[in-house]
Amino acid sequence: MAYRALDQAGLLHVHYTPNTVIIRIPCASMLRPDLILHAFQSGFDAVFVASSGPDCPFLGEECVRKTAKRIEKAYELLDEHGIDKNRLLLTGVCSTCVEAIVGGLERLEETLSGE
Amino acid sequence: MKERNKIGVYVCHCGGNISDYVDVKKVVEAVKDLPNVAVARDFVFMCSEAGQNLIKEDIKNLGLDGVVVASCSPHLHEKTFRNAAKEAGLNPYLVEHVCIREHSSWVHSDNPEAATQKAIWIVKAAIAKVSLARDLESIRLDMKPEAIVVGGGVAGMRCAIDLGRAGITVHLIEKSPFLGGRAAQIGKMYPSGISGIELVKKLVEEVKNNPNIKVYTNAEIVSAEGALGEFKVKVKINPRYVKGNVSDDTISQCPVEVPDEFNYGLTKRKAIYKRDFTYPDTPVIDMNACTKCGKCNPDFNQKPKTVEVTGSIVILATGFKPYEPKEGEFGYKVYDNVITLPVFDRLISISNGKLEYNGKEIRDIAFIYCVGSRNEEHEYCSRYCCVATINAALQALEKFGDLRVYHVYRDIRTYGKYELYYEQAGRDGMLFFKYDPENPPVVERSGNKLIVKVKDLLTYGEEIEIPVDMVVLSVGMEPEMSDVFTMLRVPFSRDGFLQEVHPKLRPVETAIGGVLVAGTCQGPKDTVEATASASAAAAKADTYLVKGYAELEPFIAEINPEKCDGCGECVEECPAGAISIENGKAVLKEALCKGCGACGAVCPTEAINLRGYYYDQLRKSIEAAGGD
Ligand SMILES: Cc1cc2nc3c(=O)[nH]c(=O)nc-3n(C[C@H](O)[C@H](O)[C@H](O)COP(=O)(O)OP(=O)(O)OC[C@H]3O[C@@H](n4cnc5c(N)ncnc54)[C@H](O)[C@@H]3O)c2cc1C
Ligand code: SF4
Ligand code: SF4
Repeated sequence: MAYRALDQAGLLHVHYTPNTVIIRIPCASMLRPDLILHAFQSGFDAVFVASSGPDCPFLGEECVRKTAKRIEKAYELLDEHGIDKNRLLLTGVCSTCVEAIVGGLERLEETLSGE
Repeated sequence: MKERNKIGVYVCHCGGNISDYVDVKKVVEAVKDLPNVAVARDFVFMCSEAGQNLIKEDIKNLGLDGVVVASCSPHLHEKTFRNAAKEAGLNPYLVEHVCIREHSSWVHSDNPEAATQKAIWIVKAAIAKVSLARDLESIRLDMKPEAIVVGGGVAGMRCAIDLGRAGITVHLIEKSPFLGGRAAQIGKMYPSGISGIELVKKLVEEVKNNPNIKVYTNAEIVSAEGALGEFKVKVKINPRYVKGNVSDDTISQCPVEVPDEFNYGLTKRKAIYKRDFTYPDTPVIDMNACTKCGKCNPDFNQKPKTVEVTGSIVILATGFKPYEPKEGEFGYKVYDNVITLPVFDRLISISNGKLEYNGKEIRDIAFIYCVGSRNEEHEYCSRYCCVATINAALQALEKFGDLRVYHVYRDIRTYGKYELYYEQAGRDGMLFFKYDPENPPVVERSGNKLIVKVKDLLTYGEEIEIPVDMVVLSVGMEPEMSDVFTMLRVPFSRDGFLQEVHPKLRPVETAIGGVLVAGTCQGPKDTVEATASASAAAAKADTYLVKGYAELEPFIAEINPEKCDGCGECVEECPAGAISIENGKAVLKEALCKGCGACGAVCPTEAINLRGYYYDQLRKSIEAAGGD
């Protein structure tokens, strides 16, 4: 879903920060919290988890709860490693929610520039 | 595992859509010497015949063991490139298609350098992913020409007829004693003016005449399980308690009279009753009302029968229910003459000569729109109600003449050709008042009249009081809930209706393989839309059932028994009930797996991976892209 929103952003030629890499997964509920930590340890400054939210084709509403659990765990891991929690952002992004993508990235940029 | 080290990388110009902003040569330069890469090329149109041949030739001549194509979105051409690889003899799932057009050149056209850098990161991540890609096989499932349709409204019947005609055996399961659903309760329907009963009659005739359709009425689903290709549904068929042919005369002997639900209690029926327009024509005894007097020659010894039906596909067509306003909502249940649109529709149908309710003649009516739609409780628009309300008003005017009609609305959404109904209403002298949702109309009583007070936006907020004999609430649609949804674990949308995989791309499929949706169980629809979606679901089912097998993408869970310690976390987490613990190890029932990967995320020993998205692949991708 969120991947499609990124496609949509492209079709609309919306601009957002280019220092981003997109890793496609079918459903945010598959995300092992340690993968998020791994991203920080591999050199990324921030992680944006763009889930499908309640429109998830696999889990529907249930996806929100499952994904939130992953993020909770990831927060704990970040805490343990002294990484600022604000650098991790979870947002539900429907297939046309371009603003959610752009807005989310802006928030992360702000966090990073404020540090 | 051994890394793939003969990967071919193909960077597309897309005419100039990509290469005008992303320096494709630079991308090729950046990756061509990476250890896993055998060849890296750029080309003007990768999806063209020539572009595909480039890949195929390299696979054959260089013995590539993996392919990365960086071009448009994989949603457009992933299949194209996978097929090309397959034709050249490479496992199609060793192809990774990544997007540098929608995700880079088009969004960073203001900064070509950064766009190029981003493309390089994306391609590096893809190479890393392919370097650890496994050979995968699509899943082939055998299909029998047999389907189960739940719900015998217009949608379920349309589905059953279409499938039956294609030679598929259909089990059509209806919980009420008769086929037809809610459409039968509508008088003259929009568009075309056919009555609900006529419409149902036509469909019922076709259902009856098709030997492939087996109908179960008064039927309750007690269990439903299985997966695409092998569903099993247990149905409890409740007895009708009648014997042989029951004449109308016999029915009239029944001493009990109860409110007839078909007419929302506007009329009464006997404890034994039938519906002439539909199937079956056998009556049924309502045991909640029956006093067991025995006058209708009943057979009280009949017992419920449980049958098990099988099908390769299940189509849910369980329909909707009209929103029931809360007590006091626009005077509902407080003032006698505040009724809902479905009740008003019945009232028109059963009244002759003049329109009467509660013994009072109705001369002026106000319709209040959007009741139970577009608010906090129900965020959605129920679609059918604007047109159905105007249609009902026009009918009432046509049948009873001399009525004054007031429409108190929020917005009128008579979309498409239904605009003509709105125009007709205006020409017929009906008056329209627009309310602000922040300031909704208020219904009060004054003497023997109801007063609708509305702050009318059409006259710049003038407070208007409309005295009427009746207020009709144009109520929205809610989903009709069924246990069968949870038995089959079908996901719901935020609105509580059943959720399709994608509204445009896979509009009648749910995330549960083999479970399709038809009609209003998926969201508010009128009959035009409900039957269209039913035919679409039947056609979708045919693509599996007629062919005799289904080929599915291999992206499901994979459990490594060596790593699994049997803790059972995954069993809890799986939304599909696809995992069980057997002999201390997790075991996957592949046909049930939806491919969400939730199980993998909670496994403490990382014993579960999602095929095509193995965690080691993701880790390596992250490292490759984060590296510089
Ligand atoms: C007041 C009103 C006026 C309308 N006017 C119009 C109009 O003029 N024109 C128009 O096009 N549309 C109109 N509509 C819309 C129309 O009624 C619906 O589009 C149509 O009925 C939808 O058909 P369906 O088969 O999806 O659902 P339904 O008609 O609700 O049928 C669903 C069937 O499934 C059965 N069922 C439910 N759960 C189960 C279960 N667990 N097991 C077995 N069976 C089950 C139900 O008993 C029912 O028979 C109107 C609706 C209303 C409320
Ligand atoms: S991926 Fe795992 S959690 Fe998801 S349906 Fe399959 S087995 Fe269940
Ligand atoms: S969570 Fe992992 S270890 Fe536990 S039972 Fe499932 S597969 Fe085995």
